[in-house]
Amino acid sequence: MTDAVMRTGTAVRKPASPMTAVLKDVAVTTLLVFLLSIEMVGFQTQANQGQQLSFSTNLGDVLWACVLVPAGRFLVALNRQGIAKPALIGGLVSFIYLFGVGTLGLWESLGYGTLPHPFDQPMVNVIFGLGGLFIFGLAYSGMRTKRHGAQTIDEREAREERRAGWARRMSGILGPILIATAIILPIALQFSPWSGAQRQVIETLILILTYVMLGWGLNIVVGLAGLLDLGYVAFYAVGAYTYAKLSTQLGLDFWVCLPLAGMIAASFGIVLGFPVLRLRGDYLAIVTLGFGEMIRIVLINWQVFTGGPNGIGNIPRIDFFGLPFERHAAEGHTTFADFFGVPFSTVQRIYFLYYVILILALITNFVTIRLRRLPIGRAWEALREDETACRALGINPTNTKLTAFAMGAMFAGFAGSFFATRQGFVSPESFVFIESAQILAIVVLGGMGSQVGVALAAILLIGLPEVMRELALYRMLFYGMCMVLIMLLRPRGLLAHREPTIQLKKRGYSK
Amino acid sequence: MDWFPYFLQQLINGLTLGSVYGLIAIGYTMVYGIIGMVNFAHGDIYMIGAFQAMIMLLICGALGITWVPAILLLMLIVSVVLTSAYGWTVERIAYRPLRGSNRLAPLISAIGMSILLENYVQLVQGPRPKPIEPVIRGGFQLMGGGNDNSFVVQLGYMQIIIVVITIVLMGGFAMAIGSTSLGRQQRACEQDMKMASLLGVNVDRTISLTFVMGAALAAVAGMMVTLYYGNNDFFMGFVAGIKAFTAAVLGGIGSLPGAMLGGILIGLIEAFWSAYFSAEYKDVAAFTILVLVLIFRPTGLLGRPEIEKV
Repeated sequence: MTDAVMRTGTAVRKPASPMTAVLKDVAVTTLLVFLLSIEMVGFQTQANQGQQLSFSTNLGDVLWACVLVPAGRFLVALNRQGIAKPALIGGLVSFIYLFGVGTLGLWESLGYGTLPHPFDQPMVNVIFGLGGLFIFGLAYSGMRTKRHGAQTIDEREAREERRAGWARRMSGILGPILIATAIILPIALQFSPWSGAQRQVIETLILILTYVMLGWGLNIVVGLAGLLDLGYVAFYAVGAYTYAKLSTQLGLDFWVCLPLAGMIAASFGIVLGFPVLRLRGDYLAIVTLGFGEMIRIVLINWQVFTGGPNGIGNIPRIDFFGLPFERHAAEGHTTFADFFGVPFSTVQRIYFLYYVILILALITNFVTIRLRRLPIGRAWEALREDETACRALGINPTNTKLTAFAMGAMFAGFAGSFFATRQGFVSPESFVFIESAQILAIVVLGGMGSQVGVALAAILLIGLPEVMRELALYRMLFYGMCMVLIMLLRPRGLLAHREPTIQLKKRGYSK
Repeated sequence: MDWFPYFLQQLINGLTLGSVYGLIAIGYTMVYGIIGMVNFAHGDIYMIGAFQAMIMLLICGALGITWVPAILLLMLIVSVVLTSAYGWTVERIAYRPLRGSNRLAPLISAIGMSILLENYVQLVQGPRPKPIEPVIRGGFQLMGGGNDNSFVVQLGYMQIIIVVITIVLMGGFAMAIGSTSLGRQQRACEQDMKMASLLGVNVDRTISLTFVMGAALAAVAGMMVTLYYGNNDFFMGFVAGIKAFTAAVLGGIGSLPGAMLGGILIGLIEAFWSAYFSAEYKDVAAFTILVLVLIFRPTGLLGRPEIEKV
């Protein structure tokens, strides 16, 4: 609907001949790229210790950007006019060349420099190469649609419908497969050729599962109850610090602290949520963001209690229900290895951690699925769809939202205390806003409300940067780029289905 | 009257800081008013404005321009033009294709854009904070400074410039919204985008220009901060952005005078809290005030009460 409105907005312009339109487009792009890059890229400031700020010029890159981007824009504009071949060829060639030059420069410094290349930084060549790939994809998909003819609205809706059905079926199949893989994977890894790197792999998997759990927890708040929470990491922090304090000060065991951490995080959720949950969506978002920052500031500044910026160290590691994972047991204790009569290995603890977080995540998933079928879950979904109608039907919006908030916070608390025992160390640095943004991105990318989608999004968003670690500085750049791109391509998430669990039949109310 | 000089100094500092927040907040409030989205990357647009101004300052130094008004004018023009280009591009790439989709998609896109911009600046300009030599030093001594050990109240020239520029910009801005054709189009889009487009308003262009205006004001704020504090880094936009958004909500989101009022209030709260209680918890104070305002006056100080649509 709104889409159609936007079209009329552009239709007001005078009709121009296709070629002038293309050239104008290219000229505007050139000017824009020049403006964007002339200072930011062209002049690089250097701040050395004890020296005045100085700069060096780098106008070559500006020039190249001013050539390559408009060239790409030209191809796209031509493609839009119905001339797809140049875009198809140009995009592919530039992708192969720039990507090749870039990757050569990255991984093989010997081969680097033999081919002429636009940018000094190999990664920048790669990025521009990917731009070429994007143009190629655009032209290719355009050609395919042309072959099949333009779609009517009915057809588009039918396709959306099909996609939703597909997503639902995929979730049904993919869910059990994912769980089975998660259970078998570490064991399979033992016998695979990569068993040398198993430690890193398992660590990465643990990280991913932690975010899957956090994503599922936040999904209750955002996906089911429709409350936009930008400060979710606060409850994660509460859980982590609860375990850190209880274990280091009182010497409590992980298994005792875990429920306590959840409870304390949940009560934080209630205390913080109570005054603000009557607010409208966007206000709620900013207030929760504020709470997230407040908790972090308190953690930094309350030196006596939280250890300030240095955090709390020497947090006891996880044990196997009383059996520590150590080479030598303390007096009066038996180690895990001794008890089971297996040789000691440091990976045992990591494997155990893996299964603990897997079980915790699955519990989160299970509870969410069950809650959706209870009156409270139904109330959450109803509230998300229409708050006024809910109020009219006698649902107390504040209390209902509060339960969602508390449930979400509780799971964050569990995940937090797991995080603390895994790291053995907590500091405010782990609980910055970007973490909240990441968790929210996982939920939204997954297609809010979809449990499998959240898991897939977590694998994508957490796993991918881990794999790309070599790219170091460019990692977060790519991350931001991916977030924008995925939103542009699939604004409703990877597996989007947000229908309420039950609803009236659309056509024909009688059977 | 022992307390007065100290109080006055905090008032001056708070107003200066508040002007900066207010200018950034206008960008949030305008965008929210017109398309109902939180432009999360706006704080980073402000950071980019600060960097553009800083680089121009260095270029001026290299070119041998020493006349201060010329430097200021060059910084202002260059920073505003280049930052506006960023504002326009961000809207065009990350938000326009998502108009009309669900409410969360543009927000996630904006968060992604914010991460992208921060890391882009970190890559091209380096991660270290950039110390900048102050261009405008000195100021008036309003009180104290005699032989007795009384508290010296300083009113820096830079502080005067900041407040004056802010007032001038606000005046010009209120006029632009109130009585130009663009302003009318913006207000029309704010009320009913579909109807406005049917009546011949170019909605896309109006929204783009809204982003450009917001970016231009953020660039001015960035330039003033560069000259006033003189310590830019790629992460500076995050906290400033959150506070400016807080200011916009505090004043009543969608209302321009509200944004300015909210900005000044946040600036004052921060200055007084740091002076009288603890500098560490100044951000907590700002957020606490925000929560209190939202609980007792959910539409902000100057916001119109919203009719709940079913």
